[in-house]
Amino acid sequence: MADAPTTTSPRRNGHRPETRIEPPAAEPSGSLLTRTWRELAAALQRRIPRADLDERDPDYIREQLPLFWLFSSLWFRGEVRGLGNVPDEGPVLLVGNHSGGNMIPDTMVFTVAFSTYFGVERPFYQLAHNLVLSLPGLSWLRKFGTVAASPENASKALSSGAALLVYPGGDYEAHRPSWQSSRVDFGGRKGFLRLALEQDVPIVPVVAIGGQETALFLSRGERLARLLALDRVLRLKVLPVSISLPWIVNLGDFGHIPLPAKITIETLPAIDLRAEFGPDPDVDEVYDHLIRLMQDALDALAAERRFPVIG
Amino acid sequence: MRVNGARVLAAPIDHVWSIVTDPERVLSYMSGITRWEVAGDLGAGLGARYRILFRVGAAEVGGLVEVVEFDEPCDFAWTSVTGLDHRGRWRLREAPGGRTRVEFRLAYVVAGAGLSGWVAERVAAPTVEGHVRRTLQQLERLVEHEQLRTRAARRRRPAARP
Repeated sequence: MADAPTTTSPRRNGHRPETRIEPPAAEPSGSLLTRTWRELAAALQRRIPRADLDERDPDYIREQLPLFWLFSSLWFRGEVRGLGNVPDEGPVLLVGNHSGGNMIPDTMVFTVAFSTYFGVERPFYQLAHNLVLSLPGLSWLRKFGTVAASPENASKALSSGAALLVYPGGDYEAHRPSWQSSRVDFGGRKGFLRLALEQDVPIVPVVAIGGQETALFLSRGERLARLLALDRVLRLKVLPVSISLPWIVNLGDFGHIPLPAKITIETLPAIDLRAEFGPDPDVDEVYDHLIRLMQDALDALAAERRFPVIG
Repeated sequence: MRVNGARVLAAPIDHVWSIVTDPERVLSYMSGITRWEVAGDLGAGLGARYRILFRVGAAEVGGLVEVVEFDEPCDFAWTSVTGLDHRGRWRLREAPGGRTRVEFRLAYVVAGAGLSGWVAERVAAPTVEGHVRRTLQQLERLVEHEQLRTRAARRRRPAARP
């Protein structure tokens, strides 16, 4: 899951039905490695399905909920508090801190809780990194309402009246070292605030803890990602290094078996940006306020935990 | 999956009936329930609808329910309209000594989910059983406490006169 990026390039989006998805522009020169990467990126871009909010299938979600409820209840001992803070109807932007690497345990726990609380009938979408949607075997995510992260898709979901879950920190935050588990780190990404202001929708902060204990995350591997040009080619800022099952040393985190860490999620009261910050809010001020608010809630959740994993 | 529990309460049937059919009092005795709100114009009676939520494991399940039986003062049953497929029933019967036998039944099914649904039903059963048991205990405390207060108030009234 990822933030709504600020780029508007159609080729970055890959989710516009009317636009043919073009691979990143090829340069005439480059090393064999660079050309291979570009080819790989082009292949992945071609795999990204076009955005269609209608792909969300409430019946499918209803049928799958028991399985995810089992994982959520037994494996992660999930606890989601404060869903009553989410407005009962209408569009809303749910903004979460992201944890747990590519296995997104916090998203699963929250999606189960949201879907049972409001019913599968309420439209609910989640933004995900393009790469997630292009991986084989993950097409079922689209039936759950997962769409590629892009400003266009986010606007489309909110204007349709849906609830939209975004993780501004995206892969950058989800792969932070485990000892930074109780730190909200969006990496300065503020696109989601501009989106909320454009669409004039309330923001509901969603604070989660426990995901970063599902493996021992050692490093984001930002330097490695830059060296391999992953940022330019795959929009990946990180190439994480972790200790996880069954790989022991896991480079890149292309899946792992998450440890059964207890995941606790708290939904904070909704924020009406214009009511609280005036008709033309300063994005930086709102950002600082939101981070402070979420960090305070995360500190309180961290204080409740006695042991890692056990909770 | 059907879960039920029963208890004999030291209170007349009408009193118990007035409590179990009052939507505003449900949260005070029903264990696991986090929401029980009137949905629509009808507050109580046959056809009344409520939006309910019930905590089981990592989620609050429920949805919209509708009262399908309202046979005063014996049977009060509802069935789900949206959300988790379930039925609930309060079955009240007069017992000797002016007491009431109260039975609370919950039946639920996880439809269309295959093996995971079958497993989820059984995994949830102990939690639901616990909620049913505690609901009856809390109802007993509430009803009998109210009876004691009513009787004490009655005793005090004549003594207060000059």
